[in-house]
Amino acid sequence: MTDKIRPEFKYIVDMVEPDSKVLDLGCGEGHLLKLLQREKRARVQGIELSDTAIQECVANGLFVYHGDLDEGLADFNDQSVDYVILTNTIQVLHRPDFLIEEAARVGRRCIISIPNFGYWRIRFQLAFHGTMPRTKSLPYEWYNSPNIHLTTLHDFRRFCRERGLRIVRETDLVQGDGKSRTVGLLPNFFADYGIFMLERE
Amino acid sequence: MAVVREEGSVGIVELKKFTFAEPPNELRLECGMTLGPITLAYETYGEMNADKSNCVLVCHALSGDAHAAGKYTPDDSKPGWWDNMIGPGKAFDTDRYCVISSNFIGGCKGSTGPASIDPKTGKPYGPTFPMVTVSDMVEAQRALIDHLGIDQLLCVVGGSTGGMQVLQWAVSYPDRVRLAMPIAATARMSAQSIAFNAVGRHAIMADPNWRNGDYYGKSIPSRGLGIARMIGHITYLSEKSMHQKFGRDLQDKSSLDYDFVAEFKVESYLNYRGDEFVKRFDANSYLYITKAMDYFDLSQPSGDLRRTLSAAKAAFLVISVSSDWLFPPYMSREIVSALRRNNLDVSYAELQSDYGHDAFLLEVDAMTRLIQSFLEYGRPSHPKSRCSLADTPTP
Repeated sequence: MTDKIRPEFKYIVDMVEPDSKVLDLGCGEGHLLKLLQREKRARVQGIELSDTAIQECVANGLFVYHGDLDEGLADFNDQSVDYVILTNTIQVLHRPDFLIEEAARVGRRCIISIPNFGYWRIRFQLAFHGTMPRTKSLPYEWYNSPNIHLTTLHDFRRFCRERGLRIVRETDLVQGDGKSRTVGLLPNFFADYGIFMLERE
Repeated sequence: MAVVREEGSVGIVELKKFTFAEPPNELRLECGMTLGPITLAYETYGEMNADKSNCVLVCHALSGDAHAAGKYTPDDSKPGWWDNMIGPGKAFDTDRYCVISSNFIGGCKGSTGPASIDPKTGKPYGPTFPMVTVSDMVEAQRALIDHLGIDQLLCVVGGSTGGMQVLQWAVSYPDRVRLAMPIAATARMSAQSIAFNAVGRHAIMADPNWRNGDYYGKSIPSRGLGIARMIGHITYLSEKSMHQKFGRDLQDKSSLDYDFVAEFKVESYLNYRGDEFVKRFDANSYLYITKAMDYFDLSQPSGDLRRTLSAAKAAFLVISVSSDWLFPPYMSREIVSALRRNNLDVSYAELQSDYGHDAFLLEVDAMTRLIQSFLEYGRPSHPKSRCSLADTPTP
C-alpha cells in the first residue's frame, strides 16, 4: 500500500464531523490520522501491521497498535468510536466482509474507500488487450498484487444493501496526476475510486 | 573539575542506597510476613527538574541490577546493562530526563535479600528470608520514590520481569505513573515459563553445596546456579539466533573427539555464561526472584485481567518481540487488549527481530524511535498529549 498523502484523503476529511473519535484500520504511517487531528480536532487511533510504519506513527505522536486486521476488532467495544476508516484496504484482506461487519459494529459510521474494478480502462485492457489490467490505483502485476478481493462500485453497493448497511454518502473519483476529481456520470464506468460512508440500518 | 564523559554516556556513576522500614515499621509482605529494615540499591542519571516531573523509573529483569548506565570507574570493562538506551541524546535522554534505576528486594546487588544479614540473628537470612512478590518489590520502590520526593513518575519502564513491575506500578499507584512501558513482558507467568524456572531451581537445590540455602561462608552451589543460568539463557534466545550464532560449529577444533567435553560452540558458550553468572549472582536470590515471577498473575484476584487493569490511568507503550518464545507477543496483546477495553491510551509495537526475548536489550534503534517519541508526547505540557480515543471515561 502506498502511504503518502493520497488525493482522496481530503474527501475523507470532509466527511468527518469535528471532534469525532476515529479509528483508522491499516493506518500506515498515520498521514490521514494526522490530517484528521489537525483539520477536525479528531481523537484518533490506528491499527497497522508494519512495524516500521508503527514507529513512524508513534514518532508522529499517534496512538497506534500492531494488529492483523484479518483477526477482527475484538478489543473494541460496540459503537465505541464515531468513524472507522478503511482506505484502500479491504481488497487486501482475506475476508473483507468480516472486517466490514466488525467496522460497522465498532463505529457509528464507517468510511471505506475502494479501487473500482469496473473502471473503463480496466474493462478495455481486459476486453481488447486480453491482459490483466494495470492502472494508477491498481499498479501491480498479476503475480505480485496484494489485491485479492477486488470489487466494482456496483458490487460494493449490492454488498452494502444485502448486509443492511446504508450508504449515507458516496464520492466517486477519477485520479489524475496528483489530484482527483469527482465523477457524476456513470461512476461505475468513469470513476476509478469510490469512497463510501456507511451506517448500520 | 570538569568531568569528562564519553559521547552519549552518562559518565561515572555511583551506586546509592536507601534504607527504610526500620522496626517497628517493617514492610508487610504479600505472603503475610514482614521485612525490615530494607535497603534498596539504586542509581540516578540526569537531573530532576524543579517540580520533579521528568523522572523515569527503570525496573530491571531477573538477573539485572541497579547499574543500568555509565561506569563506576573509567577502567570498567563494561557499562551498565541498558547503557545503549540511557544517556545524553539516547532513548532516555539524560539531558532531559532524570532516570532512576532501582534494584529490587530479594536481589543480591546491594538491596536486602537472602544474602543480607538478618538483624535479629546477626547472620545471613538464607532460607529464612520471606517470600517476596512483584507487588512487594514495587512497594519497596514506591518507598524509594517517596524518599526522592517524586509525586508522579513521568514513566516507568522495564523489560521482562522489569515489565511485570511496570504493570504492577500502573495498577498499584495509578496516579503516580504517567506513562508505562512494559517491554517483552507478561501479565501472568505461563505454565511453560514457570516450568523453566522450576527446573532452574531444581538444579540449584540439587547441588549438595546448596545445603538447604544455608551456604554463606562455605562453598557455594555454583554448579546448580550455573545450570539454572544455562537453562534461562536458552529461553532468552530464539532458535534462529542460536542457529545463526553457533550453528553446529565446533569449539576450537576441527574434528569431533567423541567425548563429553564441550565439543560444540553452543555448549562452550553456555558454560561460559553459567560460569560468569555464578561470579556475580547469589543462588538463593535466583530462587526467590524466580518464585516472585511465578507468583505474578495480574489478573488475580478476579481472574479478569481487564478488571485489574481498570485501575490503571497511565498511557501505555507496550512492546513485544516477534521471536520471543518465553513471553511471546500474544502475552503482550493480552495486556493491550485489556487496556484497550478499559479505554486507556495504548500504543503497541511488535518488534520484528530474530533476537528472541533478549531483543529488549539489543534492538536499540527501533526501541529508541518508539520510546523517544512516546516520552515526548506523554509529557504533561505537550499540546498533543490528549489526542487519543481514551479521553472519555469508561461507561
